Amino acid sequence: MTTNQRTITLNSMEWEDTLKYWNPYIETMSRDEITELQNKRLHTTVEKIYSKVPYYRGLMQEKGMLPADIKMIEDLPHLPFLTKDDLRDTYPYGLLAEPLSSITRIHASSGTTGKQTVVGYTKRDVDLWNECMARCLVMAGSDNTDIVQVCYGYGLFTGGLGAHGGADLIGASVIPASTGNTRRQLTMMKDFGSTVLCCTPSYALYMGDSLAEFGFAKNDLRLKRGHFGAEPWSVNMRHEIEERLGLEAFDIYGLSEIMGPSVSQDCPYHCGLHVWEDAFIPEIVDMETLDPVPDGVMGELVFTTIDKEGMPLIRYRTKDIASLTHEKCECGRVHARMSKLSGRSDDMLIIRGVNVFPSQIESVLLESVGLGATPHYQIIVDRVNNLDTMTVEIELSETMFSDYVKGLEDVENKIRGRVESVLGISCRVRLVEPRAIPRSEGKAKRVIDKRAL
Amino acid sequence: MHITQISAFIENKPGRLAEVIGWLAEDDVNIHALSIADTTDFGILRLIVNDPQKARALLKSRGLTVKLTDVIAVALTHKPGSLAKVLREMDKINASIEYMYAFTSRSSDHDAMVIFRLENQEETTEKLMAAGIEIIDSSKLEYLSK
Repeated sequence: MTTNQRTITLNSMEWEDTLKYWNPYIETMSRDEITELQNKRLHTTVEKIYSKVPYYRGLMQEKGMLPADIKMIEDLPHLPFLTKDDLRDTYPYGLLAEPLSSITRIHASSGTTGKQTVVGYTKRDVDLWNECMARCLVMAGSDNTDIVQVCYGYGLFTGGLGAHGGADLIGASVIPASTGNTRRQLTMMKDFGSTVLCCTPSYALYMGDSLAEFGFAKNDLRLKRGHFGAEPWSVNMRHEIEERLGLEAFDIYGLSEIMGPSVSQDCPYHCGLHVWEDAFIPEIVDMETLDPVPDGVMGELVFTTIDKEGMPLIRYRTKDIASLTHEKCECGRVHARMSKLSGRSDDMLIIRGVNVFPSQIESVLLESVGLGATPHYQIIVDRVNNLDTMTVEIELSETMFSDYVKGLEDVENKIRGRVESVLGISCRVRLVEPRAIPRSEGKAKRVIDKRAL
Repeated sequence: MHITQISAFIENKPGRLAEVIGWLAEDDVNIHALSIADTTDFGILRLIVNDPQKARALLKSRGLTVKLTDVIAVALTHKPGSLAKVLREMDKINASIEYMYAFTSRSSDHDAMVIFRLENQEETTEKLMAAGIEIIDSSKLEYLSK
């Protein structure tokens, strides 16, 4: 439906605008228009789920609720939450709202934190997904002249096929490179003249680091843009990646339960990630009370899908930590912006009673570039004599290296001081040899918590 | 007048030193002098070798963080009091030593040598020479350590 509207509107839009928006009609909606659309779609979604998904009907009945109680988005906070546990309890098909005959695609989450969770898409859901991904690509400035190298994994993980579908829709030349074999990735990037790169930020950084090793220079590449996601990363890391690969980096967000990549992404103003609100209603709730919090306050990100058929989800708790703003962006979009993720409540470490997110440590390291700190780090948490200890291991770069002990100890102490002042707890910093920390082609493993053993 | 020293950062773990020195051996790098500054976690391996540039490229290609540093070598006779005399001279001109290490050689006239890394090295070295202390260059070092 949205695609038709696009064709109609395009004729009346200026060329410049068509460069900025894939779907000008949806992307330039006013707040009132978005709210009206959301009210309508939320009501329809709740009715559908109530009648077709016995599991969620049960949750609503426990609260004595009927679909008629949900008339507008203000009523959303009354509805029960869904979590990954609900997906596991109904494994594999218990939350589908359509018969399997209508389901054309099945994906499953990476299962980083336990049993896989399964998601079913109808043909129309996949179309919507491609539409959202197309908006993200065009928002960053891409069009059909681009060569898009997709180095997300293709398979059950939504990254590969998700990015692929959107690039395909805008008519770009897609290289379905998938993950692995960095030398081959870089060779293709150079020889095929890739202009857009899609992968995890840690892999992007790794590729940047590996250029010289495999005999490439930054100038060999023609990259203009990168869509990096699937793990939290800091603004400083964005600058690092941009510097090393010579591109503009965009933060793309998604999760398989809701859609896959393209639930949200930042625009060229880089001031938050636009959530496609015609399809997803974002909420932020307090991590403990689960009550909605105002714009600007950090909390757990919660999504309600309002345009999905196969597996619509109401108030799905993502465990991702972010804040929201509903102010209009300079790019012309009103679609709410979420802050860059500051972490996952799953990743959150509690060390001596203090909440610590690996991304906070990453920021400190990247702010310490003056010291030559590398963004390759690992956090090791242990318990010694009933006391939690935290060691941050950082790879030593050439600029950090002075050949006397005091010089190296100074570097350790400076970084330790900065980490301690940000986190408010003491830690140990240990310099390690380059490449001592394992590299990842998917999600980076930043934390080794030995206390769990 | 300076001598090029190569330093490498190595983690303090069993077998690591043997591995690193082994790489140099494989590529025929000859070590004239060696010292290690160590802490619990890491060590700084400092070497005076016949071909510092080659050693640097070699260790870098193995993934080590390496650095070339200018140091000075002071020639001594291998008998009591000669090092003490040099250190007294250094003290007189307020030289500050970042680190140093010593070795003996088979040469008949200068049969001991001390490697120094000094603060304000250039200026300090000139003062030392003016005070009659013999600083040797790399060509001579090559000869001395034969």
